[in-house]
Amino acid sequence: MKTAAEIVAESRKVQRPTSLEFIAEIFDDFIELHGDRAFADDKAVVGGIASLKGMPVTVIGVQKGHTVAENVERRFGAPNPDGYRKTIRLMKQAEKFNRPVITFINTMGAYPGVGAEERGQGEAIARCLFETAGLKVPVISVFIGEGGSGGALALAAGDKVWMLQYGMYAVLSPEGFASILWRDPTRSGEAADLMKLTAKDLLANGVIEKIIPEPEEGLENNLKFTTDILREELYDELTNLCAKTTEELLEERYERFRKFGEFNN
Amino acid sequence: MNLFKRKNYIPLTPRTEAVQSPKRDAEVVMEEPIIPDGMWVKCRHCQKLIYKKEMDEYQICPKCGGHFRIGALDRIAITCDEGSFVEYDASMESKNPMNYPSYEKVLDKAREKSGTKEGIICGRCKIDGYDAVIAVMDSNFMMGSMGSVVGEKITRAIEHATEMKLPIVIFTTSGGARMQEGIISLMQMAKTSAALRRHSEAGLLYITVITDPTTGGVSASFANLGDIILAEPKAVIGFAGRRVIEGTINEKLPDDFQTSEFQLEHGFIDKIVDRREMKSTLSRLFKLHGLKGGLE
Ligand SMILES: [Zn+2]
Repeated sequence: MKTAAEIVAESRKVQRPTSLEFIAEIFDDFIELHGDRAFADDKAVVGGIASLKGMPVTVIGVQKGHTVAENVERRFGAPNPDGYRKTIRLMKQAEKFNRPVITFINTMGAYPGVGAEERGQGEAIARCLFETAGLKVPVISVFIGEGGSGGALALAAGDKVWMLQYGMYAVLSPEGFASILWRDPTRSGEAADLMKLTAKDLLANGVIEKIIPEPEEGLENNLKFTTDILREELYDELTNLCAKTTEELLEERYERFRKFGEFNN
Repeated sequence: MNLFKRKNYIPLTPRTEAVQSPKRDAEVVMEEPIIPDGMWVKCRHCQKLIYKKEMDEYQICPKCGGHFRIGALDRIAITCDEGSFVEYDASMESKNPMNYPSYEKVLDKAREKSGTKEGIICGRCKIDGYDAVIAVMDSNFMMGSMGSVVGEKITRAIEHATEMKLPIVIFTTSGGARMQEGIISLMQMAKTSAALRRHSEAGLLYITVITDPTTGGVSASFANLGDIILAEPKAVIGFAGRRVIEGTINEKLPDDFQTSEFQLEHGFIDKIVDRREMKSTLSRLFKLHGLKGGLE
């Protein structure tokens, strides 16, 4: 049993397989498509078309690197607005050709940069949420590592959200939480416990629907263990979602997010 | 258009922006609002002390015209026709989904400070005779942060508007998601955006009025989804906090970074509107959309 703090560390580990490695293992015939048709090709988001056991699908993932050079190129997996706009473009393209969408999420959040603000980081994320809400094809999202705030949610507003055993997802980092609550970022371990950010906690409160197991020897040492499971689960779930009418699909997606909130009326 | 003006413009970032390891929690802003207290208040725009009685209901600096932050109740008073406002979900209160230490105490303090039950007031009203649904956030309540109640009240207001085929106007002011409610706060972004999608698909009008400050999760959801986006002058509007960006790029940002004027220049808002003109601007827009019920 790992503690919440250990899971946070695991989810951020630099050796942890990235979206492109998951894509290579799970799908056949992946063709990467580039650019947002507006400004740039954000290297922090990759996407394209692939075959899932013969089913054409659109795949989009937030991409980290393993080395410093890769991480600089990929902006440490923190997307710019261009990355979110690439996501929207590929989702709309998937809708046109009636392909389901699968997203992989592994990001500390959207990139806090000058260019990002000049090009409307808030608008880009908002538009992802708005467009996903009306997308007429199924969307399944898988948290493969770290998931931080709105920059992660932008790719996870679809029909099903799954998480790897040692993934995490939170509104802010445990370090940030600890510095606000106790003015002491070193108490991030305690914060991680309190924040309910592990796959198990998120399954319990309905933020995710499924936990995908990881191998005992570590994901980086046996990725196939997890991707073999994931391939079958994705195929089965998409088959199930594709059998629904558009109305059913969109209604269930609406209700999926509509239910969140704890208040006294 | 003055083409030469464009030439002199020096972009803040060259195309090849140097990449620094980004700081986490870029969108979390925990800034204390300026609360008018006592007889004198300091204007954040001209730094001068203003005698409170010199300010009228618009709460605009008599020295420089700068807009003070205004509470939700005062905003409703200057926006809705007298006696027309009917509040929705007035008694809704937060629970403590994360068992965040002393969250109840924090909420009590916020209620006292703002005079409202939560960070938003929603309802139905008339604006120069036009029927509309209105949602007004309040920065005096935990910096207008969005938790379950803010998200639920906005979503219900949007759903009411969709059902009654009415336009909705949302006045935003928020530091972002309410971290005391954890991941449930984040889910409100998707929830409100999905409700707006349905309102939009019904062919109905949504006007956003962005006021100071609007950042983080609110900027990354309903604040940026208006068919028409208006903003008050010199409001701070952005996703990531200024200090986080400064920390990432290791330099100081210009004063006008993330202001309404900056957002207008970059194409993210439609129009900057003085607070005294806001109500008439809304009703002119309603009229141009062929809505019924105007005063003429
Ligand atoms: Zn002034």
